Amino acid sequence: MHADPKGVLTGVHFLDGDHACCEGTLAAGARFSAGYPITPSTEVVERFASRIPTVGGIFIQMEDELAASIAIQGAVWGGAKAFTVTSGPGFSLMMEHLGYAAMTETPCVFVNVQRGGPSTGLPTLPAQADMMQARWGSHGDYGIIALCPNSPQECFDLTVTAFNLAEEFRVPVMMMLDECVGHMTEKVVIPEAERIQVTPRRYTKRQPADFRLYEPLADQVPDMVRAGEGYRFHVTGLTHDDRGYPSMNVETQDRHVRRLQDKLKPLANGRALSETENLEDAEVVVVSYGITSRVAQRALQLARQQGIRAGKFRLISAWPFPEARIAELAGRVKAFVVPELNLGQMVHEVARAAAGKAKVMPVTHAGGGVHPPETILNAIVEAVR
Amino acid sequence: MNETTLEVPYEIPVDAHNPVEPFLRMDRMPHIWCPGCGIGTTVNCFTRALLDSKADLDKVAIVSGIGCTGRVAGYASLDSFHTTHGRAIPFATGLKLANPELQVVVYSGDGDLFAIGGNHFIHAARRNMDLKVICVNNLTYAMTGGQTAPTTPSHVISATSPYGVFEPAFNLVALAEAAGASYVARWTTYHVKQLARSMEEVLKKKGFCFIEVLSPCPTLYQRRNKMGDGLDTMKFYKQASKVRHGAPTSECALTKSGEIVVGKFVDRDRPGYFELLNAQMTETLGERYAEPEVVCGNC
Ligand SMILES: Cc1ncc(C[n+]2csc(CCOP(=O)(O)OP(=O)(O)O)c2C)c(N)n1
Ligand code: SF4
Ligand SMILES: [Mg+2]
Repeated sequence: MHADPKGVLTGVHFLDGDHACCEGTLAAGARFSAGYPITPSTEVVERFASRIPTVGGIFIQMEDELAASIAIQGAVWGGAKAFTVTSGPGFSLMMEHLGYAAMTETPCVFVNVQRGGPSTGLPTLPAQADMMQARWGSHGDYGIIALCPNSPQECFDLTVTAFNLAEEFRVPVMMMLDECVGHMTEKVVIPEAERIQVTPRRYTKRQPADFRLYEPLADQVPDMVRAGEGYRFHVTGLTHDDRGYPSMNVETQDRHVRRLQDKLKPLANGRALSETENLEDAEVVVVSYGITSRVAQRALQLARQQGIRAGKFRLISAWPFPEARIAELAGRVKAFVVPELNLGQMVHEVARAAAGKAKVMPVTHAGGGVHPPETILNAIVEAVR
Repeated sequence: MNETTLEVPYEIPVDAHNPVEPFLRMDRMPHIWCPGCGIGTTVNCFTRALLDSKADLDKVAIVSGIGCTGRVAGYASLDSFHTTHGRAIPFATGLKLANPELQVVVYSGDGDLFAIGGNHFIHAARRNMDLKVICVNNLTYAMTGGQTAPTTPSHVISATSPYGVFEPAFNLVALAEAAGASYVARWTTYHVKQLARSMEEVLKKKGFCFIEVLSPCPTLYQRRNKMGDGLDTMKFYKQASKVRHGAPTSECALTKSGEIVVGKFVDRDRPGYFELLNAQMTETLGERYAEPEVVCGNC
């Protein structure tokens, strides 16, 4: 199905990543957002607040991030496509409700424009240090999807993808921007509504009498309903059976929690989103994402100029981690170089997938700026030595 | 018991033990509540109110937080949401804003709504969000074993105040009024008819409505304070309660064994969230304003 033209600002624009992300939410069909202001993410909802009254929808500024991150879920069960936006301390406050969305399989989108941490950290400066929090920040076992745009154009495109994946897998999807990508201004092309694919909610066709809210279909994902349609359904964050009723036993827990992870397997492997270059002959591969991938691009160029066979693997879907791709590369390259604006997060995933078959070199940065390309180049040179 | 019951077109099964069965998920019985607990009594009143208000049950949603009272959503045969501790109100806010034709009832405990969720309560009241908030006030955190709540009166013994509570407690009805609620009432589980009538009234009233129901937790609160069982608490409620409709809420604070002022204290009309939104947007955007259509039309 294609996008509802009401929300689509077709044309060629000059936008920053935060604003482009907002246009992505509108194109994807989001008509509800709840947020709480925090730098460097607020521009996303500021634009939404300005656009939505003429499109037809609601923006509500809630009293805190706990409220924002659960209000969107109320809206989703009421029939909306909905999202919230935050950064650093706000992302920490949202963790309980990230878990609620995962547990109750509520399709929604969390936008996190990453800034330096921990705590209040560097409110106006970039980091990529919430990557593990995005995956593991709420308690218990579950699965999520996280996407990492590296340009305003991708902030638009991937936001639409984020909503589509949320609906397909009934899972919270995180848009993991960083301050640089959020605030950089570039050309953004927004296509006509008919050329934007939008995934509809998986509403059941069954009658209330023979519908079970958490009965998984062939793809391990259950169909959904919305309030007010006579289904009289129950949603709980307690471990629940196929009917959605609390069920406090080992078997239900095992079946339910495993499924929350297993349903995302297609994205870990065949359907992982990435951008690659020069992998055919690569002896060293730079694995990067977000703003760091653009710095790494320069380092890769410089390395090639020196005759080093360096290849690029840019993570677009960082979670689920594309293990199969990295494992396959590990069998035929000498080393992976992993620059990130943190003290080493996704590099642990690369090392896990490489399983000792190739050297894995982190290039760390505590945040507040980006790597000088030479630092990444030096690591590449070191890696092939 | 109630004449209107007979006129209502709900089918009561011939083998039903209780006429409220059509409102409950009978496949989840028996419930978890203790003998003598007041929560079930409030649910009974709520089902009466649904019946008497002739509400379209397919359009009524119930949202609870976490606690013994938080389990109410799970037993109501409605679209029902058992959310996280303290966050029933913001969840309900999203649900209502997305789908305004729903009647959204928030049903939760005193700890849930006024400790961890206190901020959400005052903000929803300030916005005059069209929510019907029912608080079962057992003066304690029951689910977790009877710890001190922001409602626990001074001198009461609790699991975390073994030598007696000394922090002042909230006066919930005064708080609700000050924050902007359109309707504020208090009853006890002794006042089943009045409570059911109040619940029916709020189902018909627009805006943020609040009903506090004083309710026994014989297992934890009454036992620890040597206040007897459920029946003794009914006797206490009967003897200590005084109906004073319209009483200034500032005079209605609760104490351990003093007078319990009950009644309807506030019933006023303030413009609701949507009214204010539409007025402001129409004033500033004129023709360009598109009224919210949040439910995803083409999906
Ligand atoms: C974030 C979080 N903190 C703490 C708890 C533990 N907890 C569960 S219920 C509850 C108190 C409930 O008290 P109240 O709302 O008065 O409900 P009651 O059980 O008395 O009906 C607490 C603290 C929790 N579930 N979640
Ligand atoms: S612990 Fe108290 S509030 Fe909870 S069910 Fe038992 S009596 Fe009721
Ligand atoms: Mg309580």
